[in-house]
Amino acid sequence: MRLRLPVAGLVGLSLAVAACGGGASTGSSSGEVTITFAIWEKNDQAGSTNLINAFQKANPGIKVKLEITPWDQYWTKLQTAATGGAAPDVFWMNSLNMKLYAKGGIIKPLDEKPVEGLPASVVDSYRYEGKLYGVPFSVGFPVLWYNKKLFDAAGVAHPNVDWTWDDVKAAAKKLTKPEDRQYGIMAPMWDQVGFYNTIYQAGGHVISEDGKKSGFAEPGSIQGLEFWTGLIRDKVAPPAEVYADTDGIQLFQSGKYAMQYGGMWFAPIYAGNTDIKDAVDAAPLPKGPAKGGVIMLGMSTAVSAKGRHQAEAEKFSSFLASPEAQKIMSSTPGSSLSLREGTQDAWFKNYPYRLKEAYDASIPHGVPYPVSVNTAKWQDAQKTLLTEAWAGKRPVAEVARDLAAQMDEILAKE
Amino acid sequence: MVSTETAAAPGTAAATGPPPRATGRRRPPGEWLWGYLMIAPMAFGLVVFFLWPIVQTLYLSFTESGVFGGSTWVGLANFAGLAGDEKMLGALGNTGLYAALVLAGVPLAIVVAALLNVRWLRGLGFYRTLYFLPVVTMPAAVGLTWRYLFNGDFGLINHLLGELGIDGPYWVGDPDTAVYAVAIVGVWTSLGYNAVLFLAGLQGIPRHYYEAAEIDGAGRLRQFFSITLPLLTPTTFFVTVITVINALQVFDLVYLMVEPESPALAGSRTIVYLFYEQGFVQHSRGYAAAIAVVLLGLILVLTAVQFRLQKRWVHYG
Repeated sequence: MRLRLPVAGLVGLSLAVAACGGGASTGSSSGEVTITFAIWEKNDQAGSTNLINAFQKANPGIKVKLEITPWDQYWTKLQTAATGGAAPDVFWMNSLNMKLYAKGGIIKPLDEKPVEGLPASVVDSYRYEGKLYGVPFSVGFPVLWYNKKLFDAAGVAHPNVDWTWDDVKAAAKKLTKPEDRQYGIMAPMWDQVGFYNTIYQAGGHVISEDGKKSGFAEPGSIQGLEFWTGLIRDKVAPPAEVYADTDGIQLFQSGKYAMQYGGMWFAPIYAGNTDIKDAVDAAPLPKGPAKGGVIMLGMSTAVSAKGRHQAEAEKFSSFLASPEAQKIMSSTPGSSLSLREGTQDAWFKNYPYRLKEAYDASIPHGVPYPVSVNTAKWQDAQKTLLTEAWAGKRPVAEVARDLAAQMDEILAKE
Repeated sequence: MVSTETAAAPGTAAATGPPPRATGRRRPPGEWLWGYLMIAPMAFGLVVFFLWPIVQTLYLSFTESGVFGGSTWVGLANFAGLAGDEKMLGALGNTGLYAALVLAGVPLAIVVAALLNVRWLRGLGFYRTLYFLPVVTMPAAVGLTWRYLFNGDFGLINHLLGELGIDGPYWVGDPDTAVYAVAIVGVWTSLGYNAVLFLAGLQGIPRHYYEAAEIDGAGRLRQFFSITLPLLTPTTFFVTVITVINALQVFDLVYLMVEPESPALAGSRTIVYLFYEQGFVQHSRGYAAAIAVVLLGLILVLTAVQFRLQKRWVHYG
């Protein structure tokens, strides 16, 4: 144990020396510029490489270096790098973190031209104080995944565009078979693909339009949360600790769950598992008592405000939203779904599921992912408090009121 | 495991010191230079990676920090906030329970050490290596492997319990059992290290005590309780001090075994885990620094108490 210290010191030293040698962006003597591009999704590696190749071909003076950091470490690493003034030149940004980085002066406002023709609901989620801080390039939305085999075995009609909450509940009941450890549906505490949607479907909201007040205590919001706790209480979905034990995507692949509210981006995973590839399909999210509501989350690329080659970086960021790049993205297997209309067909054709139908049915009910400046802060309160409701320890209404009060306090400090 | 720098084990230090040295003035000046040069890498590492961060943390704990650097002085506000923070109280309780559970595993190390001390056993080296392996295994591998073992539906542990007719819990998914699951792994990983220390302690007990006891008619059991245990107390003391310090700093096992979205976190969030959440997820570095300072104080106090109490039960030869 005593040996550890000098070793740690030496390793640290050599790291420090190495760090001094290489910067975020370096230009070689020939006038060629290298910019760094950071993403978190390994599945997008092939697509991003194709995009970089196309960009470099069109812009001979610019080289793009791809950096992939897994989601779990991505934001910690980015924040540390940004604090030290060494953020990548271009990086993936989600709407959850955008305002934080824009307010902190880490990312620069961008030209509006490249986003012309993209869906406004997605583009608007990357505006802060009127300016655009991210160029959206992909879109993600939740669907109702279901296991056709289990539906057929129980003689239940497959979900369709007209389904409502009541259809889900009735089907879940018929598809639950305790003797086989088979459940009608899953009820993990997922926000983006889960309870945020049902909150809007019941007429509630998560955060007020101006981002100043919580909406969790609204009657509709409470109803939207009770949809999930009710499924657990009625024993048509397993209790909360099951999802904590095994990831929901893995659970669904066990073939013991008839339905799952999940991301349409689960498609490559389900299609890649030969055990269930042909057993599952997707339908649009069922409508709630008030209306349809589907969280539409677009991903964007942001440009560092401190980088040495900002013009080149912005050029690359804009390129990613161009029709040409969007087509390359959607046609590379495993990649994210592109955002621009008319470029998505190849993506939908990659998977044997009715995702295009789900997309068309969801677009009219699109709701942006609810955010404020420091979203992570109130999402932590959300996680802590809702856990008690999911575990059935306290009634949803009571928990929701506590949550709204805590969230208001956090929002007041922003 | 979080590494902790500590003095060598009491009782294992050499009995005789080196002979008195000549005074420094007689040495050529070049030798001093070499001396400093030799300790420079170590000293540099200590200052840069230990002392300076401690000073910074102390300062940060009195500030509210911006997400991307910059901070404002807020005095004791962070500490006042901590006093009323339910999560902090929960984390203190969870950490305390974890420390108690890991401490309860220390006697197990004595048993293992006693078994590894049996001289006629074949393949003794092999067994000693086997027990020490978890200590040098990457915590990430340890955490993930145990998570699979603890899985409620497909895990080996519940499968074996099922054979006995027991319906096992969702170990790492249930807030009531998660801390026990983590503590079991904590005991398992530290067992080898503690056993090696106890082994050294056992081998340091002179054989003639046992021979004398035998002549006086003491049985095996009596020998163990009247000779082995008392003479092992210096090692036991060292091991408990180290165990408590390490247990209070536990983070990696919780981070690896309990999902960040898990409801079980309420029952297994430790002080350092809370520090991580505040500092790295929620961007409240000032508050996180205050947690670290409280932890430092807690460790100092608990260790000081242990050192005071040792006079009552530790026998030095």
